[in-house]
Amino acid sequence: MTKLDEGVGYVDEIEKSEIKKPLKNRPKVKKSARIEWKKSFKKNWELYLLLTPVILYFVVFHYFPLYGLQIAFKDFIATKGITGSPWVGFKHFERFFDSYYFWRLIKNTIGIGVFTLLVSFPVPIILALMLNEVKSLRYKKFVQTVIYAPHFLSTVVVVGMLLLFLKSDGLVNQVIMLFGGNSIDFITEPGWFKTLFVFSDVWQTMGWSSIIYIAALAAVDPAQHEAAMIDGASKFQRIIHINIPAIMPTIVILFILNAGSVMAVGFEKVFLMQNDLNMSTSDVISTFVYRSGILEAQYSFSAAVGLFNSLINFIMLIMVNQIAKKVSETSLW
Amino acid sequence: MRETKTDRAFNIFNIVFLAIVALLVIYPLVFVLSASLSNPQYVLSGELWLWPKEFTLDAYEKVFKNEDIINGFVNTLKYTVFGTILNVIMTILAAYPLSRRDLKGRGFIMAFIVFTMFFSGGLIPTYLLIRDLGMLNTFWVMIIPNAVAVWNIIIMRTFFQSIPHELEESAMIDGAGNFKILWSIVLPLSFPVIAVMVLFYSVGHWNSYFQALIYLQDQDKFPLQLILRQILIQGQTDDMIKATSESFLAQQLSVEGLKYAVLIVANLPMLMLYPFLQRYFVKGVMIGSLKG
Repeated sequence: MTKLDEGVGYVDEIEKSEIKKPLKNRPKVKKSARIEWKKSFKKNWELYLLLTPVILYFVVFHYFPLYGLQIAFKDFIATKGITGSPWVGFKHFERFFDSYYFWRLIKNTIGIGVFTLLVSFPVPIILALMLNEVKSLRYKKFVQTVIYAPHFLSTVVVVGMLLLFLKSDGLVNQVIMLFGGNSIDFITEPGWFKTLFVFSDVWQTMGWSSIIYIAALAAVDPAQHEAAMIDGASKFQRIIHINIPAIMPTIVILFILNAGSVMAVGFEKVFLMQNDLNMSTSDVISTFVYRSGILEAQYSFSAAVGLFNSLINFIMLIMVNQIAKKVSETSLW
Repeated sequence: MRETKTDRAFNIFNIVFLAIVALLVIYPLVFVLSASLSNPQYVLSGELWLWPKEFTLDAYEKVFKNEDIINGFVNTLKYTVFGTILNVIMTILAAYPLSRRDLKGRGFIMAFIVFTMFFSGGLIPTYLLIRDLGMLNTFWVMIIPNAVAVWNIIIMRTFFQSIPHELEESAMIDGAGNFKILWSIVLPLSFPVIAVMVLFYSVGHWNSYFQALIYLQDQDKFPLQLILRQILIQGQTDDMIKATSESFLAQQLSVEGLKYAVLIVANLPMLMLYPFLQRYFVKGVMIGSLKG
């Protein structure tokens, strides 16, 4: 049982016991709780003071936008403000579901998300398992230093490099033509978009993402390997039967986080790789929200589209977490 | 214990495999560096593979003469320095009280903060808020809406919790208040985690373009990444080259060289510091993974 579960159970118990207790005992419970709060506040008022700007920040910049989400169910009129604008129910949602773009956006968003999950997720695990078997510390360190580096490049730089390498007279096409092939329009060809997106992502993130697994592997008890070696297990067998089970909890947790965000395809990179010609495969929900909301100022409509997306993400996360809990007894909460 | 044949084969395969991976990662970076130092003619004709051909610093001269790039560089530096200072202060303010087991309501406050990681109002309500606050197209919009990151609060809180409790308790008995404990006991012990935070946040500021794209309108406030986007992705290089009296072909070449050079300039500070700071970064990921 996780901490949160315990907390919920605890509240239940208090409520039940309060109901059972005779009426006159109830205020006493409340009073002692209040006294405890007072005591804590007196002793630690400085700590609450430190927290004040932080809480203010979260209220203003994170919770107020949640309140503002109601414009998804309204026709937002700037002069009337968020609260004063008239309610319109699910009008904007219906418009989105009926629009020509709906299925295209869903298909692209899920397509990119799933493709990324299938390729970007396992690569760092394999990388970590292999790095873990390197005997020479210097070689290991060298490889690590190299493969972590792209993590520090910005999205603009990575996409910029992609464009430079893949344009019609870029390095890749020069190689293709050297071997007698025809140059390919990678950038504008819709069929190439997902592949480029995912593999440049692997290039940039695989090293950095492997750190967590390397850390988990370092915690494996060497005695297990020694025992297996005496029984004649090969290196490969030991990886399969000792190392992989040892990092399984880490894999599950990261899988939950990644699978839960399958539909949360980030805006930044897609937007930069997008052009008029590859829209049919590159347009995703977040870029659509940006265009219709920020550029075309259809605030209510795009807020509805955004809310639809965040709701799906939230539900996905909870679902994947539940499944993981059942299957492997590892979960986020 | 002696290695078996299969284990030997495995080891050799492993070393070769990792070498290929490392090569695939580093080759594009080396190519960009070489291309930026070469006569662009060879880059366009495909004669450049690894080392610079006809070494020249022309492209860099153009980069450093370009006002937009210099201005973007200065802006980014400003956003990064002030943004990071605010980030680190806010992270400490959040993480220290939440690391104290004797703070009542700490579970609730933590949940209140962590919830925002999983569900947010999204782009449009946030944009409207920023607009109503009058922060559009100001310096502040690059700093305040991202004042603190939840994940980093968790990392720092985990670190604070690992500091032996007795230190704080004995100071308390000596009559030290909470401020004093934080300032003269906890923070001096926290150099590693503060270093990690400075690095995480500053890389984030240096590399971000989204905030600026959404909230900034004036070219003279743009950070370097937006300028890079104009040059590398939108191909807006006309006015940068036109000033010179070169022929059309020469202009094409100049643009090509400039693109490679600007890539290097934008990343140089980061990539040069990185090998020295690597262990701090890795440490940050490790602390985060303990709890995460």
